[in-house]
Amino acid sequence: MSAVQPPTSDAARDFLAEAEEILEELGAQLADLADMAESGSWDPDLLNAIFRGAHSLKGVAGMFGFTAVAEVAHNTENLLDWLRMGKVGLTKTVVDLLFRSARLLTVLLRATGDGTLVQYQDDITAHAAAITSCLSPGASPTVGSLEQVGLPAAIIGSLTEYEEHRLRENLEQGRCLFVLHTSFDLSSFDQELGSLTDLLKKYGELISTLPSIGENSQTNIDFDLLLGTQRSEQELRQLLEGRVVSITGYGSPADFSAPAATPSSQAGGAAVTVTDAVVAGDDQPGSIGAPPATASVDENASAKSMSRTVRVDIGKLDSLMNIVGELVLAQSTITSIANRMRTEGFSRMAVDLGKAAKGLERRLTDLQSGVMDIRMIPVGQLYDKMSRIVRSITREQGKKVDLKLYGAETELDKLIVEDIADPLMHIIRNAIDHGIESPEQRRAQGKEERGTLRLSSYQKGNHVVIEVEDDGGGIDLEKIKQKALAKGLVHDVSTLSDRETLELIFLPGFSTADQITDVSGRGVGMDVVRNNIAAVSGMVDIETKLGKGSRFTIVLPITLAIIKALIISCAGRTYALPITSVVESLLLVPNEIRTVENKEVISLRDATLPLLRLDRFLAVDRIDTPIEQYVVVVGSAEKRLGLVVDDLLGQQDIVIKPLGEMFRSIRGISGAADLGDQRTILVLDAGGIITEMVRSGG
Amino acid sequence: MQPDQKGSSVHPATILIVDDSAAMRSLLVATIETLGPIKTVQAASGFEALRILPREQVDLVLTDINMQDINGLELLSYIRSNPMYQSLPVIIISTEGSRKDIDRGLSLGANEYLVKPFVPAKLLELVQRLL
Repeated sequence: MSAVQPPTSDAARDFLAEAEEILEELGAQLADLADMAESGSWDPDLLNAIFRGAHSLKGVAGMFGFTAVAEVAHNTENLLDWLRMGKVGLTKTVVDLLFRSARLLTVLLRATGDGTLVQYQDDITAHAAAITSCLSPGASPTVGSLEQVGLPAAIIGSLTEYEEHRLRENLEQGRCLFVLHTSFDLSSFDQELGSLTDLLKKYGELISTLPSIGENSQTNIDFDLLLGTQRSEQELRQLLEGRVVSITGYGSPADFSAPAATPSSQAGGAAVTVTDAVVAGDDQPGSIGAPPATASVDENASAKSMSRTVRVDIGKLDSLMNIVGELVLAQSTITSIANRMRTEGFSRMAVDLGKAAKGLERRLTDLQSGVMDIRMIPVGQLYDKMSRIVRSITREQGKKVDLKLYGAETELDKLIVEDIADPLMHIIRNAIDHGIESPEQRRAQGKEERGTLRLSSYQKGNHVVIEVEDDGGGIDLEKIKQKALAKGLVHDVSTLSDRETLELIFLPGFSTADQITDVSGRGVGMDVVRNNIAAVSGMVDIETKLGKGSRFTIVLPITLAIIKALIISCAGRTYALPITSVVESLLLVPNEIRTVENKEVISLRDATLPLLRLDRFLAVDRIDTPIEQYVVVVGSAEKRLGLVVDDLLGQQDIVIKPLGEMFRSIRGISGAADLGDQRTILVLDAGGIITEMVRSGG
Repeated sequence: MQPDQKGSSVHPATILIVDDSAAMRSLLVATIETLGPIKTVQAASGFEALRILPREQVDLVLTDINMQDINGLELLSYIRSNPMYQSLPVIIISTEGSRKDIDRGLSLGANEYLVKPFVPAKLLELVQRLL
């Protein structure tokens, strides 16, 4: 094979066409640049585009052996490189020289066609000399370390020299640096990313675009965009809401309100939109509602924002809610001091203090509900997500499902909505995967070919109920029993009621390999679903009818920040039981206790109520058993349990704090709470206790 | 020169050419075609390359550095970080003025580099070595 192939005539034609195109573009771009130079500032992107034009021209001209064009393009490229790297200023002389370059290149290109190149040799030499004289020696800019900025190594390592220069330039101008992580569908990322970068260029300079592997590399591609901007992190979050996965701030300037520490928690826009209609409340209009400085949005938009809303980081609302919680606790301490004073004879002062405390309580209640209102978002936000999931699963499975949505306007604490999304998704996946039959099966059973999935939410007292109801095949209780036996989760199923059998689904290890499909798989069992729901003090319950369908009912507290709890004591310790799980409480009459299959039960309005002695469940030693004990009926619907405790200490608002990773596996405890008198108590999880009862066989 | 005997697969070797200059791409294609049955796929931008990679079974990438959407270094960085393409050979092509960028490319894991203008033989030698 011969080593050197002459360029084909096709390629040469391509070159001439391309060179002409580049020069045409160059003319227009230079005109823009000249306008900008007069006004004193210019767009680095434009300058870089001009540079790239000259660079391409030089590259291809060199490859095709058009040395004269290549030489002029090379000199022009040098000048442009110094310019874009800040080594020479954009003076009138420089602008003139650039125009001269473009003219010379045009002439040379035409001349290559008709072989009259030689006569331009002097022009080429003069042009080169003019360019060399532009660069004053020793003008190379100082180079500081970029390391202290702390940008990810992958981004720094992939910057070209020019991009690195732009990065320094942005830092020198006191701009903030942000890495915006984005994720797009592989099939459409270029349009979506294109429109995002157009938007970003309005807010600052896009320094680099680094692609990376998405979480799902089959369908997605991720990008880290390095943006230099004058805007604050908060503004950026507001402007880019929903368009980027996360925003991480880097660099020096002092006005990072919440810097790099919490980027990932902000993923998916974990922020609450506050409308000032809500904030203003009834009797104190505008007290907190006046929009702060963050209301400055796009410069092109009108100065006054249309929606009159403020986006707030949920973390700020959390800490506000915590303070309110602590205030409520402090207030209840004052009330109890007032009560003690009254009983101890300081009546006048005690009555006054009691009145003052009552007034404080009322105001605190207002404050609490005001802050609570801000946290509330409609469940409808979850619905959108679920609709997408239903569409994608049904497509995968070849099933036909109508999703009916009810009560989208029901409001729930933002954090609960976030935490409930995964368990809810899992239940929905299960309903389609295991519940709703294929169109053929449904036809054979005389059902509508299309299955129906109802997702409804409504408020019920202090709770929000979310129901997922399908009209599929229902759950076969016999199969569940067999499976639980086969897996060794239970040893005797003969005495299990239907309800108890359904409880088996929630046992750890019940849903494993043979049940895992693409859809409901992911290795997550219903035990995890229940635990996740319990983590937000919720309960989940199943009803099913073989051949007709199933209904999952999730009962959630409206907010987690402050919940009402029944304070109980047992064996000298104090516990809290969320009111959401308490049905009623009654005095235990010892001689009414019967024993059925070694389990203690009592009769409650013609129904049998199994009892559980809390001290035994928690394995607490006790010295003596009080004569009077109480039964707290917990659970929902037909799944009830009587917790035997020593005393009922009354209701109180509590702030539940998580116990941390180490204690997460302990069943029956959902967290800890501060009682306001320096006492920390455990919060019981009724759902977990019931599950544990079934597992241990009562 | 020996034709490539390493690949036991039936399909001809596929080379992805990434350059925003159509003329440059044509030139590269024309040069590579002299090697015999090699399939060439062209991308006019880094984005286009990102879309082609999962679709085509690419055996070698030739990429320019200076491009509009993502630069060749970013494309290279992506290729090296993706388990699917980690060992895919990459040749970066640039000009003498971008020497520093070429060095960065090599430290990011480019297998070879070409400085424009280069003689076709140089390209063919690298292509044959890396295929």
